Amino acid sequence: MSNRELKRKKREQMIAENGVIYLDNVSKVYSTGSPALNGITLNIGQGEFVFIVGDSGSGKSTLIKLLLRELTATSGSVYVMGHDLARLKHRQIPKFRRNIGVVFQDFRLLNDRNVYENVAFAQRIVEVHPAEIRRNVPIMLATVGLAGKYKAKTRQLSGGEQQRVALARALINHPSILLADEPTGNLDPKNSWEIMQLLEEINGSGTTVVVVTHNREIVNAMKKRVVTMKKGVIVSDEEGGEYIDED
Amino acid sequence: MKISTLLYTIRQGFSNIFRNKWYSLASVATISACLFLFGILYAVVSNFQSIVMKVEEGVSVTVFFHHEEGPTHDDGCGSHTAGQIATDARLEEIGQMIAQRPEVSKVVFVSDDEAWQRWATESYGEEYAEGFPENPLAGDNSYEIYLSDVSMQSALVTWLESIPEVRTVRYSQLTADTLSGTNLLIAYISLGIIAILLAVSIFLISNTVAIGISVRSEEINIMKYVGATDFFVRAPFVLEGMLIGLVGALIPLGIIYSIYNYALTYVLERFSVLSRFLNFVSVDQLFKTLTPVSLLLGVGIGFLGSINTVRKHLRV
Repeated sequence: MSNRELKRKKREQMIAENGVIYLDNVSKVYSTGSPALNGITLNIGQGEFVFIVGDSGSGKSTLIKLLLRELTATSGSVYVMGHDLARLKHRQIPKFRRNIGVVFQDFRLLNDRNVYENVAFAQRIVEVHPAEIRRNVPIMLATVGLAGKYKAKTRQLSGGEQQRVALARALINHPSILLADEPTGNLDPKNSWEIMQLLEEINGSGTTVVVVTHNREIVNAMKKRVVTMKKGVIVSDEEGGEYIDED
Repeated sequence: MKISTLLYTIRQGFSNIFRNKWYSLASVATISACLFLFGILYAVVSNFQSIVMKVEEGVSVTVFFHHEEGPTHDDGCGSHTAGQIATDARLEEIGQMIAQRPEVSKVVFVSDDEAWQRWATESYGEEYAEGFPENPLAGDNSYEIYLSDVSMQSALVTWLESIPEVRTVRYSQLTADTLSGTNLLIAYISLGIIAILLAVSIFLISNTVAIGISVRSEEINIMKYVGATDFFVRAPFVLEGMLIGLVGALIPLGIIYSIYNYALTYVLERFSVLSRFLNFVSVDQLFKTLTPVSLLLGVGIGFLGSINTVRKHLRV
């Protein structure tokens, strides 16, 4: 068995035992000295839908940055798709990130390009053949309900539509995990619900979905696993739980 | 890398320029201004050196030899030694030895008759020499030695004085010192100004590129989140920088070509007498060096400016 196959087997075993996301006693202290995470342990299995909730400063954003390997843990281990992120070399990070789709509260679209270009861009990065891109992008845009808007500039779209473009871009390469950082933060209730329904559909097709949110109404209504964080530690982790505002 | 990715990178490099036209214009203007100053300086220095070289070509050392006829005399502006009589064969041998010296560009033998004729004609007119039945300078054969490098004049003089047949070596140390000093001064000044200009251009261009890229740091950020490699992110920006550098170099080259061509034609037509004393560098001669150097500098500055600035934004 080759070294590469051995590593793949090891990763598969790690996923089977600990899930697609596994944080083992993880702490993160910033160079300013302020601790953001304090000994967190968390397992998220393949195909799960998990809400991560908590007040500002609870460590949610730091957690997302650790999962994207934008930051490294001060202590403890972070495994994503069986990869030990502390051992990941700089040149391996782009390939690793292709396993993860990510959407943000502020959409982060390329505003000087149209809807089609924004989604196609993610496929160009992974060097998909242009003919295949021309075939894939319209299908993905139809999936997120933007079939007729592929020529529109992103600035001409509503907030909900922009978030759908971001979702299409995040999903076009069929990632195993979708991280959504406050995906409804800039949307009205109607659009928020539509986006959450889309996320649920995506999860239904087998993608692991992790949503960081402040939206109590949505969390409580969707009856999914809820991980609550406070001051850098996990204070509750419940299947079908509720977002309890401790204030 | 796939061909489709390469083509995409090239397309992005071009479209980045138009997408950020104000930043691109600012960068092109900065590079153009710096390379314009560089080009003008290069033209001035080249012409100055060419003129100095022409002057150097006229500087000569004259060497006289001991002979049987007449007394040795002191003309007051050279060195004198007592020594052996130079035979014709020895004179020829010394002439060959002088010609073989690396600092010597030309050696002219001046016979005693030629010397008398020349002196008499220059001083009193052509018929004056004919009034003398005998040559007062009989035996005063000499060599006129022209140097390719005047800074080597004293070494040559020392060597000539060591030859036993040499009676007098006539030369102007002041002219040689002034010329080699001027040459050195020009070299130092032009090197200094070019170094300052390059440092200023790299600083200005890095800043301009940094501003342009910081505006697009969000775009770089998105690329990195989606899983773009450093090369994929960097390549269009670097290509853009190089294209801006290329355009920034072509503009001043065109302007300098027109200005220099016009100025040279004007000077040569209006002040044709100058061309007898001064050796101006032709447009073709000037641009043979200036074109590749400017293009290389423009593209190189664009490359360095963009690659360094993009690197700062890749740490996502």
